Amino acid sequence: MSRIVIADDLCRGCGLCVAFCPRNTLRLAARFNRDGLRPVEYVDPDLCVGCGTCATMCPHVAIVRVERTEKAREATAQ
Amino acid sequence: MSDASPRYGEPVLMKGNEAVCEGAIWAGCRYFFGYPITPQNQIPEYMSRRLPEVGGVFLQGESELASISMVYGAASAGARVMTTSSSPGISLMVEGISYLYGSELPAVIVNVTRGGPGLGNISAAQSDYAQATHMGHGDISMVVLGPNSVQELYSFTAWAFDIADKVRAPVMVLADAVLGQMMEPLRPRQDEPPPPPEKPWATTGCAGRAPNVINSLYTADDDLEALNLRARERYARVAEAIRGCEETETDDAEVLLVSFGTSSRVCETAVARLRSHGVRAGLFRPLSLRPFPSARLLELAGSARVMLTVEMNLGQMVEDVRLAVQGRVPVDFMGRTGGNIPSVAAVVEAAERALAGPA
Amino acid sequence: MAEAAVVFTPPESYAGRLMHYCPGCTHGIIHRLVAEVIDELGAREHAVGVCPVGCAVYAYNYLNLDMIEAAHGRAPAVATGVKRVLPDRVVFTYQGDGDLASIGTAEIVHAAARNEAVTVVFVNNAVFGMTQGQMAPTTLVGQRASTAPFGRRPEHEGFPVKVVEMLNALDGPTYLARASMASPRWVRDAKKKIRKAFLAQVEHHGFGLVEVLSSCPTWWGKPPLEALKWIESDMMAYYPVGELRDLPNGKAKGE
Repeated sequence: MSRIVIADDLCRGCGLCVAFCPRNTLRLAARFNRDGLRPVEYVDPDLCVGCGTCATMCPHVAIVRVERTEKAREATAQ
Repeated sequence: MSDASPRYGEPVLMKGNEAVCEGAIWAGCRYFFGYPITPQNQIPEYMSRRLPEVGGVFLQGESELASISMVYGAASAGARVMTTSSSPGISLMVEGISYLYGSELPAVIVNVTRGGPGLGNISAAQSDYAQATHMGHGDISMVVLGPNSVQELYSFTAWAFDIADKVRAPVMVLADAVLGQMMEPLRPRQDEPPPPPEKPWATTGCAGRAPNVINSLYTADDDLEALNLRARERYARVAEAIRGCEETETDDAEVLLVSFGTSSRVCETAVARLRSHGVRAGLFRPLSLRPFPSARLLELAGSARVMLTVEMNLGQMVEDVRLAVQGRVPVDFMGRTGGNIPSVAAVVEAAERALAGPA
Repeated sequence: MAEAAVVFTPPESYAGRLMHYCPGCTHGIIHRLVAEVIDELGAREHAVGVCPVGCAVYAYNYLNLDMIEAAHGRAPAVATGVKRVLPDRVVFTYQGDGDLASIGTAEIVHAAARNEAVTVVFVNNAVFGMTQGQMAPTTLVGQRASTAPFGRRPEHEGFPVKVVEMLNALDGPTYLARASMASPRWVRDAKKKIRKAFLAQVEHHGFGLVEVLSSCPTWWGKPPLEALKWIESDMMAYYPVGELRDLPNGKAKGE
């Protein structure tokens, strides 16, 4: 399954990944992280295709891993 | 300077500015970045031709501001590197010198002092003594050397590289327009200089080690204080080996002339003339302006009746003399500025006046 | 279930620390792109970076390679000193618009004129960020800043400086381009340009500069996404994105 790994304490809650995710599968959490910011979390991890746009747009390198299935890789080949 | 006794070659008639270059090259300097300014233009001109001959690199910077930062980069890369300028250009380099000091980088800067302030003129002066000995923003203890001959321009410049690497800081050679332009016989060193130390802190690419960072920004107050203390400590450790003076007939001197650089040469003649008049005169010439040879001067304050500081400014080194003697002997001052050099007659007269009346 | 391949992990040349930049400030993206390019070129262990005075003064904490902090505006001169001593290292500067286009105008012009074989990453966010939002030489006409409370007025403050176009008047440089952080498509384009700016040094011994239009949510007074939209609507209109000079690929001055 495609997925991303989010480093909770690096996330600044800027929302760029949320805005640019083509599957609208990210949102800012209701809770606060260690620094009092609302970190990003999945709306539904099954919607994730591992395109990595979130990692591309994250200014804080808080998306520390993007995994993409072969099916998704073929579908999103650049 | 060098531990084994130096060997010298046959004398060569050379301009002071060129002797600076040869001294640097002998010491292993292979990088020069500088900007034209009178009266030191022979230095970049000579280096532009000479450095490629020894496998070095010369680059004229677009300004003194840029040049001192090029020096900063080359020093970060672990090289022995030098720049030279004259008073207004040195003022532009003050920022960079403070950065060199704060970043613990060795480099040599030569100031061929001219008349000031402002654009001033291109004649010789010593009016940057205060700037040199109180250099830059921050708590800076910078070694400053005061040559007074072409031979010393050569040997003090070479010495400056050795000191700079020991203190990991910029070192200044404080010369003037007369010294830079004069021509005298120079006996170049024939032996090899001691090798420079290893520089594991240099930014050369982090292969095989953790990355190095060269910077002077320490936002934690204790860290910045620690930087200042360790830089001061390195200075203190080399100070005793560097602190030096040259004395002429000081043993029984009643009037002790204190002078450096070009005015000290006038004073040598003045001492001889005073002695021929039956006046017991002597000359104390600091070789290191920082660290200032205060202790020896304090000793001589016990035997001299009066001291006379002779400078090519309106009174800068005299403050260090007065501090050194702690009020034990009157210290008079005699100086000319704007590029004027005190004459032998004027120095003789000032010395006799100093002996005659209260200071 | 299909095997998932790892398609992204942070680059080795990025130190992995929390960066101090404001939420949504695209300095962090640009740092990451520079780190990715250095990794891809295999250059981390023989690279030397020079960081500015500005928000990115702490870049030496974020890039995992030898770094030197320069005085304000002097980074191209410092880089020149390093490169002349170590010509086989990959030497680059990372500078903001105050650093490069204000106090450092002479240094960047002359490094470019010398075709100094260094790479310059020029981050243009149209404001002095670190010092709380003063007008910069790149502040747009009408844009407010703390020292331009009425908005930049040409009759009083003059016009913004187009650095890449200005450098393009010189015969010296090898690669000059402008990129943008406005959206994923522009970020990917920016990485390609940063890579070409490094290749200008590594493969062609020449000067490469990329101006990257970047956001400053805090001093523009806009949330992060809105700030990126302003890059697209206002900054890119005045500062066109593109490659103005690309000698290795046949695009010379004036074409």
